[in-house]
Amino acid sequence: MIEIESLSKRYGELTVVDAVDLIIPKGSITAIVGTSGSGKSTLLRMINRLIEPSSGQVRIDGRLTTSEPAPALRRRIGYVIQGNGLFPHRTVAENIATVPQLLGWEPARIAARTEQLLTLFGLDPAIHARRLPAELSGGQQQRVGVARALAAGPSVLLMDEPFGALDPIIRAKAQEDLRTIQRQLGTTVVIVTHDMEEAFLLADRIAVLDNGKLLQHDVPARLLTHPAHPQVMALTGTTDRALRLLSLESTAAIVTAGEVSGPDLPASMSLREALSALIWAGATAGNVLDAHGQRSGHVTMQAILTRGSAAR
Amino acid sequence: MRPRLDLPAWLFGSIAVGALFGLPFVISKANRIVPGVPVGLVDALGPGSVLRWWVLAVIGVTAVLTQRRWLRLVATGLLCVWFALALGHAAQLLTPPGNAVVRIAPGAGFWCAMASVALLGVDAAARLQLRALARLALLGLVMLVLWAALASGYFDHVSVVREYAVNADRFAHEFSRHLSLALGSVLAAVAVGLPMGLACQGRPWLRQAVLSTLSLVQTIPSIALYGMLMAPLAALAVTVPTLAQWGIGGIGYAPAVVALFLYALLPVVANTVLGLASVDPAVVDAARGMGLTDGKILTRIRWPLALPTIVTGVRVVLVQNMGLAAIAALIGGGGLGTFIFQGIGQTAIDLVLLGALPTVALALAAGVVLDALVEWLDRRRPA
Amino acid sequence: MKASGVIRVGVWGLLIAFLLKPQVFAPAFAPLTQHDAPAIYDQGDLATLAWAHLGLVLTATSLSALLAIGLAILVSRGPGRAFLPMSRSLVGIGQTFPPVAVLAIAVPLVGFGIKPTLIALVAYGLLPIFENSLTGLSQVPASVLEAADGAGMSPIQRLWSVELPLARPLMIEGLRQTLVISVGTATLGSTVASQGLGEVIIAGLLSDNSAFVLQGGLITGLMAILLHDAVGLIAQRWQRPVQ
Ligand SMILES: Nc1ncnc2c1ncn2[C@@H]1O[C@H](COP(=O)(O)OP(=O)(O)O)[C@@H](O)[C@H]1O
Ligand SMILES: [Mg+2]
Repeated sequence: MIEIESLSKRYGELTVVDAVDLIIPKGSITAIVGTSGSGKSTLLRMINRLIEPSSGQVRIDGRLTTSEPAPALRRRIGYVIQGNGLFPHRTVAENIATVPQLLGWEPARIAARTEQLLTLFGLDPAIHARRLPAELSGGQQQRVGVARALAAGPSVLLMDEPFGALDPIIRAKAQEDLRTIQRQLGTTVVIVTHDMEEAFLLADRIAVLDNGKLLQHDVPARLLTHPAHPQVMALTGTTDRALRLLSLESTAAIVTAGEVSGPDLPASMSLREALSALIWAGATAGNVLDAHGQRSGHVTMQAILTRGSAAR
Repeated sequence: MRPRLDLPAWLFGSIAVGALFGLPFVISKANRIVPGVPVGLVDALGPGSVLRWWVLAVIGVTAVLTQRRWLRLVATGLLCVWFALALGHAAQLLTPPGNAVVRIAPGAGFWCAMASVALLGVDAAARLQLRALARLALLGLVMLVLWAALASGYFDHVSVVREYAVNADRFAHEFSRHLSLALGSVLAAVAVGLPMGLACQGRPWLRQAVLSTLSLVQTIPSIALYGMLMAPLAALAVTVPTLAQWGIGGIGYAPAVVALFLYALLPVVANTVLGLASVDPAVVDAARGMGLTDGKILTRIRWPLALPTIVTGVRVVLVQNMGLAAIAALIGGGGLGTFIFQGIGQTAIDLVLLGALPTVALALAAGVVLDALVEWLDRRRPA
Repeated sequence: MKASGVIRVGVWGLLIAFLLKPQVFAPAFAPLTQHDAPAIYDQGDLATLAWAHLGLVLTATSLSALLAIGLAILVSRGPGRAFLPMSRSLVGIGQTFPPVAVLAIAVPLVGFGIKPTLIALVAYGLLPIFENSLTGLSQVPASVLEAADGAGMSPIQRLWSVELPLARPLMIEGLRQTLVISVGTATLGSTVASQGLGEVIIAGLLSDNSAFVLQGGLITGLMAILLHDAVGLIAQRWQRPVQ
């Protein structure tokens, strides 16, 4: 858990982050969103003290971040930035071993951990471990960047627009991987992004920042149904918020009993995708398939549309 | 806003103060050869109005504390003037009337203070980001002040100026010889280097061969290159007497200017090649598309776009040759090096400085002038 | 072995042979002499002079490198950053300063001999290394520095394991430039009575013996090229990632 208490950053007259209070639950993904220059990066970087706050404090698992030297703190926190920041003169394995080396792990343990992480991120240790970052594709570099941040098993992972430089297809894959790995490891993730799509896809909770002030911190659906501020509405988009809301729920949420004639829709499918599938098939209803591929009931287009109008 | 502590200004300000009051401001020597007696600034200036110290303090404090760059530039300039006036005054005071043998030389205190303050001034000027013309004007102003100061007679008792007075005729001669060595060799290098660079354009094998040969020339020490040219030129003069009549021979001007020319060739050719090659192919393509011939593309497109790069190469060699020309004296080629090497031989520091100071000044001035030219050309180059 | 390797070994062999047994080459230089002057420098041992020359150049370059890299590190971080613009101006001015003037000004300060030469070489050798180091250090991408900080490296760890390795190729390029310049400039030291190959050249100039001048020039030229090449070779080995 990360507890942020009235955290501020001022540069001379300019207040960049203004008395932000924020509690980030353990094991969740929280997205910090806002327009460019709203203070997202500054807020994030005050958590691992890459920027020292002007006032206020941060606790991680109950412990003040100022209770230890900044380098020691940062070794316990994973950090991923846009453009990955891989060390160009070090091999992939050496890059991943950065923090374990700083912590003085034994070589055998480092080697085992590196191999484990490479495998976890779908890279073949035999092929990729000894490559230099420049010899990898953009998507691979980005994965190594995340693997490096997770190397010493941090309980907190901070990410600053980590997927900003990737093309859409690779980005979607990276987002999916992040979600999977985060669930597997139970890491608390704070991700800064200006891509609302990404925030809604990944986050358990979203914090909206504007001009350094925290406007709203809530679960994604509440941002759409109960925006706390006109700026939040502007940011989440007014034209497609119904579709966005639908994308937050799966067919399992509104399944009703009985079979209909229509396409099969997996229970994990979002309502937005289900709606699209129904339109495409020219059907008004479809059958929901559970995890075993068994028909467990159906959803109607009408039910989906009703669900989507909840934003009003 | 709270004014930030300007570290460089404080550091170099402190060095200047320490040098002024902690190191000898002038050295008083019984004659031009013997070691002298150090004299501190306070003693050197003798009794007099306390006002001069107030003036020093006010300008000095302004130079260090001000946040305005132009004000710092002016203040550092005034400080330099103050130091110079103090030097001239000290020289007049410490030289017994009618004595032409005693030498009052600037001491470590003067040099260090001058250098620290000048550095602050240059820094302020650099941060002002003056335009080419303004920088030229500043250079002109400095030269004018320098000339007026020397012409005024106020500094006549300063050791280097005395040395100059003794060598005035030779100085004019060697100075112009120095200029002709440096400028002549660079002009020749431009005249030969440009066509060579043009010929290399689009012929990688030729470019490779030319550039590697010329780089080899650069590794030969300058005095050796001078020396190596003596034999072939002497032989040439013997076989072709007309050349000998023109003054071409084994020693003197000819081998010096040829050596300087050879040194200058590499940067000129290399920058010509670079400048021509770095013209955006899309621009050339567009020009071709509009029906320009290759010749027109060269004269109207490639050439103007490459010019700043080429002039940058010329700047490098001109500055370099202003310094290297001093070595020509070793083979009887003349130039300001004559004083340097004579001074070294006689352990006469003033004579060394009489050669070295103008050499440095020429190199610096050449740098400023050609920098301004490059910038002016760059300005005209469409972005 | 590749052609470049053969040439390299050949040139080294030629230089060493010439230094150890110069008389063997006498016939090649004889045509350059007049009035039965000696074809090979006879006022001292060429190998000794070359050794002294090399020692001077390497000492001066090491000192320049230590100073220049140290300064570049200082002005590229923390409070030293305030000196960055000034150090750039200084480099600009320094490069217009002729080496012979540096030498000439050093003599009155410290007297004749090896000292003024060393001072001139160190001062003049600072510039290429300083400039290249500064460029190298400032070219390290901001994202890489941020990642190093974010990973919990201390400033010294970051400097040592990230910044310096990344700036190294440029630093070495500066070192090579300094070496070549120093080998040539050191010959000027002989005008102020410092031992070195300049003696051979100056003896030739004074006695109008082109053979001496050529010998001195060839040895220094070869020394410069070989040093330039050797440092490049060492750097290449060093740079290659361990497989
Ligand atoms: N070192 C600094 N000095 C002054 N202003 C800064 C500094 N760093 C950031 N800022 C300002 O703070 C604001 C927020 O920056 P940042 O947190 O990077 O925004 P975001 O990541 O949301 O785009 C910007 O307006 C930026 O100009
Ligand atoms: Mg940002």
